[in-house]
Amino acid sequence: MSAATTTTSARPRHLLDFTEWSPERLNAILDNADTMLQVLDRPVKKVPALQGMTVCTAFFESSTRTRTSFELAARRMSADVMTFAAGASSASKGESLRDTVEVLTQYKVDAYIVRHHAAGAAHLVARYSGKPVINAGDGRRAHPTQALLDAYTIRQEFGSLEGKTVAILGDVRHSRVARSNAELLPKLGAKVVLCGPATLLPAELGTLPGVTLTSDPQAAVRGAHAVMALRLQQERMGGGFLGSLQEYADTYQVNEGLMQEAESGAIVLHPGPMNRDVEISHEAADGPRSRILKQVENGQAIRMSVLYHLLVGRE
Amino acid sequence: MAPKATILSADEIRRGLTRIAHEIVERNKGAHDLAIIGVHTRGIPIAARLAAKLSELEGVEIPTGMLDITLYRDDLSEVAHQPIIRETHVPFDIARRRVILVDDVLYTGRTVRAALDALIDLGRPLGIQLAVLIDRGHRELPIRADYVGKNLPTAKSEVVKVKLQETDGVDIVELWDLEDVK
Repeated sequence: MSAATTTTSARPRHLLDFTEWSPERLNAILDNADTMLQVLDRPVKKVPALQGMTVCTAFFESSTRTRTSFELAARRMSADVMTFAAGASSASKGESLRDTVEVLTQYKVDAYIVRHHAAGAAHLVARYSGKPVINAGDGRRAHPTQALLDAYTIRQEFGSLEGKTVAILGDVRHSRVARSNAELLPKLGAKVVLCGPATLLPAELGTLPGVTLTSDPQAAVRGAHAVMALRLQQERMGGGFLGSLQEYADTYQVNEGLMQEAESGAIVLHPGPMNRDVEISHEAADGPRSRILKQVENGQAIRMSVLYHLLVGRE
Repeated sequence: MAPKATILSADEIRRGLTRIAHEIVERNKGAHDLAIIGVHTRGIPIAARLAAKLSELEGVEIPTGMLDITLYRDDLSEVAHQPIIRETHVPFDIARRRVILVDDVLYTGRTVRAALDALIDLGRPLGIQLAVLIDRGHRELPIRADYVGKNLPTAKSEVVKVKLQETDGVDIVELWDLEDVK
């Protein structure tokens, strides 16, 4: 007979960050990702849940893996996908984001997936599109689906996030992944330790509930269940943040030696793309603790689940 | 509020499922290539009971699975709330099996249509047959059951409630007025 329905309070219309998302709804996204992974394991890797809908991936900043993951996720759910690449569009001729969105809206798009170098751009698209928007990364601010897939990968390993400690090392200052994880993981019961050189560790993140800061990598990793290395975003650094790459790698690199401090079953994560032998060693990236490729697989399932949550059902 | 009528008692449910099991064996000339898949929620315990009865009758283990049809529903864009997705677990290759699809109540036929789509995405079974405990009519699609515990003419203003030990702590089928269950 007919399926059960949720009876919780109104769901958020967009996934811009986690401000409006309750732990209950976030856990529902993770729960449904289990089903999406099953779909990806079948001979027919597709379900008709979003048939007839059009999802627009609007990427104003270069990305291959996140865009591909979102596009595949939408197609696995039977949505049509419209790709808007800013470099080859009117945006490169000076058209404003608002005008671009208003033009795209005329194509009867049902949802937008937005990546932009400016923090808040996804909010702006949400305001002018009138349709659900998923933030696929805005400046240094947020990358919520990456954090969800990180949380899902940790939960998959340990069964729950409750009481787990996640150490995130590296260029925290420029990392929207670190920021989103610092918002999300404590909501799901985990503690977050952010670690990096003082120049790359914004003090305000230490005020978030469940988040601590340290510049001591051994202390950060001690007792951690998951250790995430962040990409050193040299393209976002104007200089002056680091003495040298080698100095950084000597102290903050996630490697087998540092992992000795972590819990015995601790896993290694990285949001990619990796600077091997800078923020992470070859051995740690490819070793038995690494779940980096698992993160990629889980990313597709999480994005399918997010699309389901935002697009299925009347408001 | 009370039900308008009791349609099946625990004994009648048991006898109905025993009869269906015999009909399945008769029609399929045994049970050697059968598999049973229940549709969430109450199709699953009914499928398990049928599988046990078939094993008892034929002395062979019958593979069983569970199917969630949520992602295949044709009303996903219209439902007011978001349907919860539950587990689909079919731990065998359906391509070499005659599948008995099991649900508690057959009504409009839309759940069965979704279940057929979901099943076929898992593989190409030798055949699919449909078993339901109650057929209450009002079909909106050209679908009929191969095995029926009880045909029950109903009004659209009525609700058939199937309660089972495994999900509700009691075996009973009741008829209610829709107004009384809202």
